[in-house]
Amino acid sequence: MFAYVVRRVIATVPVMAVVALFVFSLLYIAPGDPAAVIAGDQATPADVERIRQSLGLDRPFLIRFGEWVWQILHGDLGTSIFTNLPVTTMMAQRFEPTLSLMVVTMCFAVAVAVPIGVLAAWKAGTWIDRAIMAFAIFGFSVPVFVIAYLLAFVFALKLEWLPVQGYTSLSEGVWPWFENLILPAIALGCIYIALIARVTRAAMLEVLQQDYIRTARAKGIGQQGILFVHALKNASVPIVTVIGIGVALLIGGAVVTESVFAIPGLGRLTVDAILRRDYPLIQGIVLLFSFIYVLVNLLVDLSYTLLDPRIRY
Amino acid sequence: MSGPTVTSVPPGIAVAPDLPDLLPAVNLGRGIIGFLRRHPTIAVGGTLLILMLLMAVLAPYLGTVDPTALATARRTRPPSAEHWFGTDMLGRDLYSRVIYGARVSLLVGFSVAAFASVIGLAIGLFAGFVRWADAILMRVMDGLMSIPPILLAVALMALTRGSVGNVIVAITIAEIPRVSRLVRSVVLSLREQPYVDAAVAAGTRTPMIILRHILPNTLAPMTVQATYICASAMIVEAILSFIGAGTPPITPSWGNIMAEGRALWQVKPFIVFFPAVFLSVTVLSVNLLGDGWRDALDPRMAKGL
Repeated sequence: MFAYVVRRVIATVPVMAVVALFVFSLLYIAPGDPAAVIAGDQATPADVERIRQSLGLDRPFLIRFGEWVWQILHGDLGTSIFTNLPVTTMMAQRFEPTLSLMVVTMCFAVAVAVPIGVLAAWKAGTWIDRAIMAFAIFGFSVPVFVIAYLLAFVFALKLEWLPVQGYTSLSEGVWPWFENLILPAIALGCIYIALIARVTRAAMLEVLQQDYIRTARAKGIGQQGILFVHALKNASVPIVTVIGIGVALLIGGAVVTESVFAIPGLGRLTVDAILRRDYPLIQGIVLLFSFIYVLVNLLVDLSYTLLDPRIRY
Repeated sequence: MSGPTVTSVPPGIAVAPDLPDLLPAVNLGRGIIGFLRRHPTIAVGGTLLILMLLMAVLAPYLGTVDPTALATARRTRPPSAEHWFGTDMLGRDLYSRVIYGARVSLLVGFSVAAFASVIGLAIGLFAGFVRWADAILMRVMDGLMSIPPILLAVALMALTRGSVGNVIVAITIAEIPRVSRLVRSVVLSLREQPYVDAAVAAGTRTPMIILRHILPNTLAPMTVQATYICASAMIVEAILSFIGAGTPPITPSWGNIMAEGRALWQVKPFIVFFPAVFLSVTVLSVNLLGDGWRDALDPRMAKGL
């Protein structure tokens, strides 16, 4: 077990190395002159030269990459071109809202998706199943900002049940914090619910055909016991896997959701960074989000041994 | 020796007996209708998508005006007989902008699906057959896959000027890893098939094995994947345009129209509403098509995912 954990942790190093190399080399392989693009149309040649130097584009690729990795390993992600603040400081200020949004969305989505996926598998072929799967395909098709506007329009603007926009820090009370996150979490959660519900249904259908389910039924175990104890436990590996993979959707969706609901998180920071073409900041954000994504999927990998004792590495 | 019906043939010569027609001529028209009846999602998705395609192609003839024509005198007018979907902040006719916007979405969706499939197929086949390349390529793909696709596209767009072409390239790069992973896994399982062993034993060269035995079998899962890529590319394009990192504002695209309506959505929700509905319906049609196609190709999956 311990050896397995160590091996899995070490296996993430080359993945992060590829991420870093890619994010860094974009500066060099992008068509045209990235310094000129970043500086914008009104820039003087001196501005372009200043940006070229601050990005290190005037020095050889490998030397600059080595320096950059060395800095990152020391917790220095560079300086924002626009604000001249350290990228790490800017990201740290924006971390709490995004983390709150993602955690609330994940809890809400899993709490909804797994039961409806189980229900769909149990009632496979009936109108309940069809309705849930129709919802799933809508969840995949309606873009997150459309759902976000729809929810904000109905529940915040017309019914005035919830705040339209904004974010309140958790330190100012749990309800104000939660109240502001309800609509964004539902909007962001839709596609995630659709994904998890589909996989849950498929995994459950697979398990429900197994012999031990028939045995359990023959022993007189009730429907709920079979579904949630025998079947769900054995279907948990693909479900947990898709929960981990789906975090990529949450990260991408957070960029948009935070813009619609004016949440001052990392997603908003990404949009600001894009509009100002603040590449060091974009690099930092991409690295951070990719790191979180890799970390979540590492945890998913490690959870397999707990979920399914047959998996031994 | 000879059959009862054969009399004119000299004895000693065998003649093939008349066989009943085992394969009646296929009525193609009835076959397609029957197919669509068995797969209603393909029928619905396909119809919607064809309508959207027609709308995009015939945009100039659908009662539209120049989608970029400014008319500052009639800004943000609500929908009326003159402007079916109203006008935006610069007085441009939203109906025309939405109809023309279909062109960008569909162009991006189909181009990304085509490019990502072809490049992903090439990488997947190469990795599946060349052992030394496999390890390197798959580590690179793992790395790219751990960057959330939208962020990857955002990072690419930050370094280039906004244009439809650059959006297509950015989303394609973000989608390639998933395709090549899929193709590689299919190739690895196909390589174990007895008919591939037989081909190897018969001395077939590797390129011929790939062309004859591997490639045709990867196409079915590839086409399903391509529809999902198409749907996701259309959403990513809209998101990129929405956050100001995609199609340049001068080009009417659904994401752009929504981005422009963003500041006013609380008072003029119709600006965001119409492109949102068109985008959702188009993505839905492609997803329905993909789901139906997947079930049609593999009926066992119909009960599954």
